[in-house]
Amino acid sequence: MNYVVWILIVVLLVLHQDNWNWDSDYLVFGFMPIGLFYHACISIAAGVVWFMSTKFCWPDEMEATEEPTT
Amino acid sequence: MTPLVTLIIICVYLGLLLTLGMLASRLFTGTKTDYQLASHSIGPFLLLMSLFGTTMTAFALVGSSGEAYKEGIGVYGMLASSSGIIHSLCFFVIGVKLWSLGKKNGYSTQIQFFRDRLDSDGIGLLLFPILVGLVIPYLLIGVISSGVVIQSMTAGAFPNVEAFNTGVPATAGGVPKWLGALVVCIVVLIYVFFGGMRGTAWANAFQTLIFMVLGVVTFCVIAFKLGGQDSLLANLQELGRNIPEDKATRVDMSRTKFFTYLLVPLSVGMFPHLFQHWLTAKSAKTFKVPVVMHPIFIMIVWVPCVLIGVWATTGLVPTPPPLPSNPNAILPFLVKRLTDPVLGGFLTAGILAAIMSSLDSQFLCIGTMFSNDIVGHYAGHDRYDDRTQVYITRGFIIGIVAVTYALSRAEPRSVFALGIWCFSGFASLFPLVFAALYWRGLTKAGAYASVLTTIATWFYLFRQSEYGVNRTYTLEVTLGSATYELMPVAAIFAASTVALLVVSLVTPKPSEATLAKFFG
Repeated sequence: MNYVVWILIVVLLVLHQDNWNWDSDYLVFGFMPIGLFYHACISIAAGVVWFMSTKFCWPDEMEATEEPTT
Repeated sequence: MTPLVTLIIICVYLGLLLTLGMLASRLFTGTKTDYQLASHSIGPFLLLMSLFGTTMTAFALVGSSGEAYKEGIGVYGMLASSSGIIHSLCFFVIGVKLWSLGKKNGYSTQIQFFRDRLDSDGIGLLLFPILVGLVIPYLLIGVISSGVVIQSMTAGAFPNVEAFNTGVPATAGGVPKWLGALVVCIVVLIYVFFGGMRGTAWANAFQTLIFMVLGVVTFCVIAFKLGGQDSLLANLQELGRNIPEDKATRVDMSRTKFFTYLLVPLSVGMFPHLFQHWLTAKSAKTFKVPVVMHPIFIMIVWVPCVLIGVWATTGLVPTPPPLPSNPNAILPFLVKRLTDPVLGGFLTAGILAAIMSSLDSQFLCIGTMFSNDIVGHYAGHDRYDDRTQVYITRGFIIGIVAVTYALSRAEPRSVFALGIWCFSGFASLFPLVFAALYWRGLTKAGAYASVLTTIATWFYLFRQSEYGVNRTYTLEVTLGSATYELMPVAAIFAASTVALLVVSLVTPKPSEATLAKFFG
């Protein structure tokens, strides 16, 4: 699962380039340019993928950190 | 009389911030760790709000709408959705690990970490002026902007005060820039001075809530005023239909420039003030909420601002007066033109909130760096008790606020052009922090090579851009018959990475004891 999440992050970075909507002026819901709507969806997708990362890739060993002795 | 309402709202808001700072100071335990790092006690919500508030400057409200007005909706992908992915990546990959090492080894600053990790005193001396030098323009932009915003939003409040008469209708009778900026500096100084990191985190959380809510409210009010329809959806559709094609698409934007812009948000991995915020976390788990919610918060703030920016290009904005020539003045212009002074006052408070939520962390961070990396390091950390070290940090904070304010009075116009260059510099140091955390093979010489290469390449390209005067400066790479535009950060980042790798591979490795401390 760890690898799946990291692959998803790379996929997000690829999807972010969004060459396919570059010249389109289509309005989603009649008011939002598709280029803006698509990238708002990328932001939501980023939230979902990062949520998965906290579920499946979280470094639990970090919790065991000790306070400095000095 | 009405601009006075705006001024009163601004004053009440600043008063609330002071109260919050004083309340936070009541929890102050008197130790250096409490002052600089809030005793590692910050929970998920406060960490989310303080990290978000610190990374979102005035640019998030004013600059986003201004850039969208100039460039169209493409700025969201270039600046916002990219940050949603990359900032969280930095929090996760860099922040959590640095928090762990910082807590274990007692660090308060980045330089303490690098000195220890590379077993080198000199790396601190090399990094210190670079980190401080890259933060100062960032501070200046905030201080200057606060004066400009207060003056333009209170214009007409004092029509009979001769000293406030600028001769320009848009600013005449408003609180002068020098006075507005001075008040903002004093307010930030007071709550940072007394509240330390805890006061900063509380103030950041409050201010972040303010600018998020006000951004959405402003969006709805402007949509109703510009669209002239009965419902919010009908207004949005009316405005959407009128957006010019070049602003609703990215036809005028370079695809390779858009792609290489992805490197700029990596700057978050090397911001010294974010390092300090990371160390305030109560536990590693505290990072989970900021990692997940940061992209969503960016969307909540940026989408309305970008839409407002492109609406201003529709011709639905009633004129005269003509739209301002400075794109960054678009949002304040629309608010003043289309809404009442009460909303104007609240929006000004929101813009100031975005500015101050970055200023406070930067002031505290530079004060902490002077105190720990220079005084403490060379005079000996054991020489002074905790109480004295807190006083030293506070003394430096006063000095930095004074110096920043004095520099801002010179109104260096070029400082605004420096913004993207500062981010590019920090982003190009990202390979250093990444390698320091994940690569055992990083050597002291490799780190020096990376930093020096970054400075040299940065300065060369900065000079090529006429010291930032050419704001659209890009590198042009020709392959065959096609020419591709690249952001300068791509070249600096690549040079920094190559120098780090090559020199580290051919120079002596760190001692086993050092490696065991960081990779054990």
